[in-house]
Amino acid sequence: MQFMSLIMTVFPEWILTHGAASVVVVPLMFAVLTALNPNAKIAWATVLAVTALCVFTSLGLLLQVASHGPIHYNMGGWVPPLGIGYYVDGLNAPILLLISVVAFLCTIYALPSVAAEVEPKKKGPFYAAFLISFAGLLGMVVTADAFNVFVFLEVSSISTYVLVGMGASRDRRALTSSFNYLIMGSIGATFFVVGIGFLYMQTGTLNMMDIARVLQDIGPNDRVVQLAFAFIVIGLGLKLAMFPLHMWLPGAYAYAPSFFTAFLAATATKAALYLLLRFTFTVFDPSWDFVTTALMILLAGLGILGMLAASLQAIFQNDLRRVLAYSSVAQVGYMLLGIGMATTLGLTAGYLHMINHAMMKGALFIAAGAFWYRFGITQVCDMRGLGKTMPWTMAGFTLAGISLIGVPGTAGFVSKLTLVRAAAENGWWWAIGVIVVTSILAIVYIGRIIEQAYFQPVPEIDGKPVVRNEAPYTMLIPLWIMALSALAFGINAEWTTSLAEAAAHVLDAGPNTIIPGAHDVVPSVIGGH
Amino acid sequence: MSELFEHFNFAVVIVLMMVGLYVVFASNNMIKKLVGLSVFQTSVFLLYISMSNVDGGQPPIIAEEDLHVAEGGGHDVVADGVAEGAHQAAEVLYSNPLPHVLILTAIVVGVATLAIGLALVVRIREVYGTIEEDEIDALDYEINLEGAAE
Repeated sequence: MQFMSLIMTVFPEWILTHGAASVVVVPLMFAVLTALNPNAKIAWATVLAVTALCVFTSLGLLLQVASHGPIHYNMGGWVPPLGIGYYVDGLNAPILLLISVVAFLCTIYALPSVAAEVEPKKKGPFYAAFLISFAGLLGMVVTADAFNVFVFLEVSSISTYVLVGMGASRDRRALTSSFNYLIMGSIGATFFVVGIGFLYMQTGTLNMMDIARVLQDIGPNDRVVQLAFAFIVIGLGLKLAMFPLHMWLPGAYAYAPSFFTAFLAATATKAALYLLLRFTFTVFDPSWDFVTTALMILLAGLGILGMLAASLQAIFQNDLRRVLAYSSVAQVGYMLLGIGMATTLGLTAGYLHMINHAMMKGALFIAAGAFWYRFGITQVCDMRGLGKTMPWTMAGFTLAGISLIGVPGTAGFVSKLTLVRAAAENGWWWAIGVIVVTSILAIVYIGRIIEQAYFQPVPEIDGKPVVRNEAPYTMLIPLWIMALSALAFGINAEWTTSLAEAAAHVLDAGPNTIIPGAHDVVPSVIGGH
Repeated sequence: MSELFEHFNFAVVIVLMMVGLYVVFASNNMIKKLVGLSVFQTSVFLLYISMSNVDGGQPPIIAEEDLHVAEGGGHDVVADGVAEGAHQAAEVLYSNPLPHVLILTAIVVGVATLAIGLALVVRIREVYGTIEEDEIDALDYEINLEGAAE
């Protein structure tokens, strides 16, 4: 605790009072400036500074939550439920930090990657769209107003459609993928807003805590409430690529510019997954029959199906990025399985896997982008000899890859082990079987790539073997930070596990109905400085 | 049958929603898909507007005359007027204005989505020379099979 308060003194006062709003407002404001900026280098530097500031701010928020409990921020001083409230607790503070850190690391990587993939005059708007997408994701996570969630969901989605479509200068299939994503994403968001509408119809309020309070009075037998729940789960299911609703994901991940794929793969589904957790556990009541059934049959069931089907599909893909994309769908299945168990251990496992998977998949996609950057290759069969021609990049890829498989000592092992323990605790022995089978499938699809890279000869061009051509440092540094964190969270999982346990604790507490008055806006700690 | 007419707006919402979804899934043409998507989104606007209706409620507008009836001659006439208006509002029944405001936001979102969608269709037409999904799939068939990037 002493250490905590020491760290707190590092953060300027405005972060502690207005941090919850500034993570959204600052990127949005700078997006406008970036769009108007004709110089790509300055635009990049702006994005780097903004994401660094967001990392700093969300770290401050996380520490503040850890030491002083949840933060309530009233937008414009209007007290919820009339005003829009922002709310940070143990559940969303780590997600904020995760999104900011991934955005920061990806921005470093963007310097060479975007230079190679985006036309020079489009770079300013490209970075601006990225900042908007980033702000939208943070907004989805930080807001406590249900309709505000929809607005930020669409803010981030619409800029994501644009950014996916920007991959067209490299591969024309980016355009059709972006179009499919637009159709599916809009249907998902509209389902979500229909759900919010039904909730508003029954409760007369949009603040999540206030909805939870009124829902407790209405009880579980109201048809409109049940309908609202169904619409919200399906809408968010589309956004988080729940198994049969994942059709937009492989195309969007495979053909978007590699910088944006790395960011998208590591963060977008996680933000939607967070919303699913927030709505199912703290707005609705997980002890209600229809919620329990949905968790057990829909989330856990589809999670299991997704793990099996998507892992199998990943094996039969030729394109490396599609292999990784299908693997993402499978990994979302692991998280859904953990959430579907609805026990403390299951939720901890699901949440832990969210954090670990973001690091692993970010590193894998960064490496995939680096292979294209140096040799213009995306096919698994073209990856022969990469262990010799790009040793550092391939080593980073391998490290993240074995973590994805779940080799002991890596982050993936820790989260899978927690999941197995949770399943055993529940007596779901079949689920353990599926986890083992899909881990073996992961060995096949990741091992296939590693085999090509290390055990196949270096390809020859005009009779001479291809010379070593390592990725630039701006790519290697973010790749290795992510890959090493995937290792570090495996060797010492104390910090990540404590974050996940804190989040599970929030979810265990059930519906959150507390709305403090205006006098609680500024935490008492500020007065001490 | 009378049930249907009592909830006529909601019946229309359901019909529009299903028509929109059907068009999105059934049509091959990308513009038609976007039309379907717009119909689908519009049905939600109607849902929100319908739910804001209060039986016997007036439009939620406080007339200017009501604002100036406030007596007492204080300088802050408008503030007094609002208070007075609010007092009267307790007697007169108004419709709920909040869903209208929400749906204004949703309309803007819908317009933005449609604009991006149309821009994408224009680019797809430039690159592929068609906006029929089956023809695009046929054009990409070779690429998908070989897996070559270009």
